[in-house]
Amino acid sequence: MGNEGKQQFKWVGTRPVRPDGVDKVTGQANYGADFTLPGMLAGRVLRSPHAHARIKSIDASRALALPGVRAVITAADFPELPSEVVAGGESPVNYRHISENVIARHKALYEGQSVAAVAAISASIAEAALALITVDYEVLPHVIDVRAAMRPDAPILHEDMITSGVEPKPTKASNIAARTEFNMGDVEQGFKDSDVVIEREYTTQPVHQGYIEPHAAIASMAADGMTTIWCSSQGQFMIREFCAKLLHLEDAQLRVIPAEIGGGFGGKTTVYLEPLAVALSRKTGKPVKLVMSRDEVFRASGPTSGAHMTVKIGAKRDGTLVAGSLELAYQAGAFPGSPAVPGCMTAFAPYDMANAKAVGYDVVSNRAKCAAYRAPGAPISSFAVESALDELAIELGMDPLALRLKNAAKEGTRALYGPKFPIIGFVETLEAAKAHPHYSAPLKANQGRGVASGFWFNIGGQSTAAIHINEDGTAEVVTGSPDIGGSRASMAMMAAEVLGIDLAKVKPLVGDTASIGYTFLTGGSRVTFATGKAVCEAANDIVEQLRARAAKLWKCGIEDVIWKDGVAYPAQGQTDARTQLSLAEIAASAARTGGPITGKAALNVGGAGAAFGTHICDVEVDPETGRTSVVRYTVVQDVGRAIHPSYVEGQMQGGAVQGIGWALNEEYVYSEQGQMQNAGFLDYRMPVASDLPMIDTVIVEVPNPTHPFGVRGVGEVPIVPPLAAVANAVARASGVRVNDLPISPPRLLSALQKAKA
Amino acid sequence: MLTFNNPTTVEEAVALLQKTDSRQRVLAGGTDLLVQLRSGRIQAQGVVDLKRIPELRTIRTENGGFRIGAAVSGAELGEHPALSTMWPGVIEGARLIGSTQIQGRASLGGNVCNASPAADGVPGLIAAGATCTIVGPGGRRVVAVDAIAVSPGKTSLAPGEFVVDFFLPAQAAKGGDAYLRFIPRTEMDIAVVGAAVNLLLDASGVCTHARVALGAVAPRALLVEAASHALVGTRVEAAALEALAAAARAACAPINDKRGTIEFRTQVAGVLAKRAAIIAYERARSRA
Repeated sequence: MGNEGKQQFKWVGTRPVRPDGVDKVTGQANYGADFTLPGMLAGRVLRSPHAHARIKSIDASRALALPGVRAVITAADFPELPSEVVAGGESPVNYRHISENVIARHKALYEGQSVAAVAAISASIAEAALALITVDYEVLPHVIDVRAAMRPDAPILHEDMITSGVEPKPTKASNIAARTEFNMGDVEQGFKDSDVVIEREYTTQPVHQGYIEPHAAIASMAADGMTTIWCSSQGQFMIREFCAKLLHLEDAQLRVIPAEIGGGFGGKTTVYLEPLAVALSRKTGKPVKLVMSRDEVFRASGPTSGAHMTVKIGAKRDGTLVAGSLELAYQAGAFPGSPAVPGCMTAFAPYDMANAKAVGYDVVSNRAKCAAYRAPGAPISSFAVESALDELAIELGMDPLALRLKNAAKEGTRALYGPKFPIIGFVETLEAAKAHPHYSAPLKANQGRGVASGFWFNIGGQSTAAIHINEDGTAEVVTGSPDIGGSRASMAMMAAEVLGIDLAKVKPLVGDTASIGYTFLTGGSRVTFATGKAVCEAANDIVEQLRARAAKLWKCGIEDVIWKDGVAYPAQGQTDARTQLSLAEIAASAARTGGPITGKAALNVGGAGAAFGTHICDVEVDPETGRTSVVRYTVVQDVGRAIHPSYVEGQMQGGAVQGIGWALNEEYVYSEQGQMQNAGFLDYRMPVASDLPMIDTVIVEVPNPTHPFGVRGVGEVPIVPPLAAVANAVARASGVRVNDLPISPPRLLSALQKAKA
Repeated sequence: MLTFNNPTTVEEAVALLQKTDSRQRVLAGGTDLLVQLRSGRIQAQGVVDLKRIPELRTIRTENGGFRIGAAVSGAELGEHPALSTMWPGVIEGARLIGSTQIQGRASLGGNVCNASPAADGVPGLIAAGATCTIVGPGGRRVVAVDAIAVSPGKTSLAPGEFVVDFFLPAQAAKGGDAYLRFIPRTEMDIAVVGAAVNLLLDASGVCTHARVALGAVAPRALLVEAASHALVGTRVEAAALEALAAAARAACAPINDKRGTIEFRTQVAGVLAKRAAIIAYERARSRA
């Protein structure tokens, strides 16, 4: 259902080979750990073995005495920052917390938290040095579970943490960092007016983003403080900003060169190793490389929150939703910042509901600090609401898609979080799902079909793009957006479309912080929309310049020059074919017409188009073992406009698969001492390829009017519906509803046996 | 510093393992050993690689059965048509170890001597009544496969000993075996429960002999005698299968860990024993 064959555009909507493809499939692409510099030292991080402990002292003298060790750093090598929430990264940040997460200062708050780091002439010496650092810990009681952490008698992680958003302001510290409430209409009256009310409790577990490439960083600080960082991240400018703040450096002292990125999914929107590498380089005068093992990735980075939730939904007998309320307790990990607020904002967003309320709690506990993960917060609360809606549909005897269609948000519908929706394509996704052959395909014994929908805001934000026309008429398109999902292809295609030239003549590049203007990180499904808009404007800037150059050569006014298909034509009345000028011809004569041809756009883009998706999932449950197999899966999504449909489909499939893993098997297993027991892909069970059918995709295009080609963000919304789509399918296949994720075989078998007894 | 030797004869290997009193580790495929060394879970001062010894790398027919070198890879086992036809259950187990890449290296000898209770290669061998030849400073000895593993990571091998080969006897004319494991995914995982069944039928289709082995439900793979009794004298019909499941469950002594719970492992052990018995029965019946 893409626009292939519609002949609307030359490049937009087609599926060319990606410009970065050859490097990636031949192994030539340089990822974070692939850089090597002369004299480079190997760094290693010492991590807390305790879930919660006071650090009484650190003695590195024996490590420093080991031949080959060049430096040991601790929190003492970093400035102690004030605790204040400021704008930065993807959401407001507290740099004191980021600093302490990078290297523990007074307390270790989770197992795996960095406590010290070593630089040595070899990795094995650095490794040996870690064992020679003596840390005197006072082990403290710890708490892992979110509800346990909320109890008044729970061990307190931050002695100065007073819950915000509560009146009157509490006087006693707790693990609840914040309470947030959203209200619309009168929920209590709404429930009174309802014929049917469904009220349920749900839990989800924290899950890791599971990117294949572990974190890696190399830093080299010169004697004058000028510092270069090579690393894999979702934002080179974010790395620069965070390192500058954590180390009291100026932005201009730092140059961050983005490496190729082997997956991020939100998990690479913060710093872990980069500030340590800079501090070690500062202390040794040498470049220092730090690379996490998979074990460290699991213990010390990501994940997203686990949660405990209560949902109540009221409806009329005819299926009209009257009221909904939601209470969310999200675990943030060791420092505040769970996505409880977006959890509150998103779950009811697909529905036109007069009365709604959502309350979110941001709760700390002794586990790794949460990082963003694809539509942060939304899959969790959506699991609860979309599961409850499925039960409501069953209670009302309604088709679950019909229930959603009856209440679907449209242009003008007010969302609980405030705004009225502009043009959106939710209804179109529901109708496409209903019409899809999957929805009416017969099911076999022990199989069930679940559906669920989801919403994500998508964002715009600041982006810079520059286009340089080379002397031979080829073009460089430079942006500041790391390419996670094929964005270089999309940038080149949009530039080629606007310029009217062959895609092969356009080379996209991700610039470093010193070679392109500020660009917000790759996140919020913003790049093809916002950076893409900057690329289109930069290309329009080029077109204007090309017309001016042609006008100069023709000695006419710019209004007498038309730009079409990469060629300047004289305006009406001047049809002499000999006076046509191609882009290559204008480029070749640039020196005579005013010098180099460079276009740019630096924008703060608003008007991101919200995205909605509807998923259909068929599962088969083995009633004797509780094992669930996904046998068919279809993703329907409004993407606005698919620039490169293959990468749009890839996003839809990838999001669905990550959500399926979240639903079925992924979880952190802790020992009684609060140590992670499954820090590896063997026992942290993400789905493998053979677990899944080919994920079918249906691209729905309801263009976003604020983008030149109608783009909406596509990367995040596909992870929102799968949790409930799977759970609803399991419930319909097995007759047993499990409201606690993951629906792993032991959990489902136990539920099946209880139901039988 | 790690020493590395790759002898080409059994005698040379025995001498190398005997020569030093330092911690020498025997390597066949290395798919467990290298992971354990790298993670720091075990330490070693030297590695003796047995893959260059021809005797450990060959599959030979012997008295109607098969003698399998301890370092023969899973892929090689799977590509041996006669062996796969006679002992499909044993081969199913061996072929489940790791990924396609791991299959090019992983060996039965390593799978048995790693002494994991969840080893996929072991229950099938036990059910088949396989024996193995052990060599060491004291010469050669032959023991049943179920006598090797003692507890997780521990074997009954004396210092300096290693497994040379396995002997799978000739399968009876009306015999069949099968192995099933439970994992939450479809591959790249470790058995939460494993069950192997090997049985013989008489001309009328009645089971005359059965061996049932379970993995991952006790500190080592178990040969469950009571489960065998449940099948002998039956046509592996519903009542026999229920008795088999009950006997299998009664034998379980699992733990709660990251891979499964006691209740789950116990319950599923019965389910897999039944399912493996049905497959083994069909295989035996379909034999000429």
